[in-house]
Amino acid sequence: MPTNPLVKVENVSKRFRVRGRELHAVSNVSFEIEAGKTFGLVGESGSGKSTLGRLVLRLLDANEGRITFNGKDITNLPNRQLRPLRQEMQIIFQDPQASMSPRMTIGRAIEDAMEIHKIGTKQSRRKRVDELLERVGLPSFVKYAFPHELSGGQLQRIGIARALSLNPKLIVCDEPVSALDVSIQVQVIHLLQELQRDLNLTYIFIAHNLAVVEYLSDEIAVLYLGEVVEQAPAEKLFKNPSHPYTQVLLQSILKIPEDPSSRQKMTHIQGEIPSPFNPPSGCTFHPRCPFATDVCRTQKPVAKHVDDDHKATCHLIG
Amino acid sequence: MAEPILSIEDLRVEFDRSEDKVYAVNGVSFQIDPGQALGIVGESGSGKSVTLMSALGLIRENGKVKSGVVQFEGKNLLKMSSRQLEDIRGREIGVIFQDPMTSLNPVMSIGDQIMETMLTHHYAGHREAFDRTIQLLHEMGIPDPKARFKNYPHEFSGGMRQRIMIAIALACEPQLLIADEPTTALDVTVQMQILALLQSQRERKNMSVAIITHDFGVATNFCDKIVVLYAGQVMEMADTSAFIQNPAHPYTLGLKNSIIEVGQRGRKLEPIPGMAPTLTEPPTSCSFADRCPFVTDRCREELPKLRSVESNHLVACHRAEEVLARAN
Repeated sequence: MPTNPLVKVENVSKRFRVRGRELHAVSNVSFEIEAGKTFGLVGESGSGKSTLGRLVLRLLDANEGRITFNGKDITNLPNRQLRPLRQEMQIIFQDPQASMSPRMTIGRAIEDAMEIHKIGTKQSRRKRVDELLERVGLPSFVKYAFPHELSGGQLQRIGIARALSLNPKLIVCDEPVSALDVSIQVQVIHLLQELQRDLNLTYIFIAHNLAVVEYLSDEIAVLYLGEVVEQAPAEKLFKNPSHPYTQVLLQSILKIPEDPSSRQKMTHIQGEIPSPFNPPSGCTFHPRCPFATDVCRTQKPVAKHVDDDHKATCHLIG
Repeated sequence: MAEPILSIEDLRVEFDRSEDKVYAVNGVSFQIDPGQALGIVGESGSGKSVTLMSALGLIRENGKVKSGVVQFEGKNLLKMSSRQLEDIRGREIGVIFQDPMTSLNPVMSIGDQIMETMLTHHYAGHREAFDRTIQLLHEMGIPDPKARFKNYPHEFSGGMRQRIMIAIALACEPQLLIADEPTTALDVTVQMQILALLQSQRERKNMSVAIITHDFGVATNFCDKIVVLYAGQVMEMADTSAFIQNPAHPYTLGLKNSIIEVGQRGRKLEPIPGMAPTLTEPPTSCSFADRCPFVTDRCREELPKLRSVESNHLVACHRAEEVLARAN
């Protein structure tokens, strides 16, 4: 267990009210991330992974629980005190084009964040833009371009440069490569790895591509309907998936077969992720679970240790 | 060998833009045999959708088919009137698009939309079409089809909408199904469900399928034959087994190395350097040359022709033999 984690999330819950109904987006989630490590969040659409990322950054406020960043409880920190900390926690989005003003040149967009946080002089900021562009592998003339003139991969590099401009400690990467072509994905992943190594960055990596999450993450939490159903170091999770949902997810990945005879059979998986307005009783996965018993339908399971650093929330464990 | 159900020969498509032209498809040829599943893979801008959509007469206004032959059941689709094409699309050739929300009619119940296909194509009478719609919804795994018949697209999840699209595409029992990234917007478990559905329909009806995908996992597990497109050209075409075991084009090799699969933590990444060309000029040399680790002077001067390296395995590369030797 890390003694002094950079991020500590304790029993955090988030509910949204939608047309008078309550939606449980994140329920009672806890985890810690050590500085310089990558924490992966996986799960299907609607599992609460993006909401959780935004809760950690205080872009959303939790209804319950505590969030500690670098030893400081930020759960209820007023905006004025939060602002200097915001520099240290940045986010990269899935759609880099949508996250940039179409009327601002790339150079302006990168400079903007530094200006808002009153970092350096105009001259030093301009110099920093050049450095950052070089750092993310783009030529410096890109700063004169507008977002629509660049490709998706280039724009994602700009998104990274902009996040780096404030010297953050933590970056939440929310599906940063899923909109990119595979050959470009690898380039961006390679860059993220390099930056982490050189700048000791901490990442929360959110993606629905399990292979990419496994590749980058030190530890992974699997979310289902806003709850962590399994959490473990990346190798353990993939070697010994213990929650039936994790098992289903891993079986759904289509790997390129070694030879044609080992092609995967398209197996039919039951059901879909249920409505978060009206989650099933007991274990929320029971309607889709091949192993569900009576206890699963009525009683909520608690997290159990599969191993000292491997937990799963399932009645059938232990 | 049976006649192919669809055969595309030397298809060329251009798009006019205000200042220049985009040469999107530059002489693409391939065939689909009856009952076969063909995977068309490539990255954005490689021309995979434009190739099939322009073959069906579905092309944006600024686009133009410059040359080529598209044979479907002995008829050249490119010579047909839009009226004739409408008769074929939806009846003999079913089409599934990537985004079901933009291709379904938001103000018509899903049952009516499925029925409409059969009625428009005089495939069935009213009563029969209704019964078949219920049966199709049932086959697609949509619970309680009679009650869901009257629901509108927004009342369904993304995965369910995609099933409805498939029901529409399959309503008139087409001989060929064209699926453009049918599972790209979906979660992995839903992707598996949709592919299982397509697989069982294919086996039952001996239907041919052309699936456009950027996902090698989908292509290699679902398809019998794979075509790799790059810069609007076929770079490699092979049976899936040859494709898996002996990739002979440096681009295919590069793409395969780019894919991160489960169980590859710590593997060194080998990104393909650079970017795809902009296609504002017709290709006169190898379009991949600038990014290719096998490049020689010849590649920058001479356009490589698609040629056979083994049976059922075509490659457009001057150095395919070296690539094969290196890969194995």
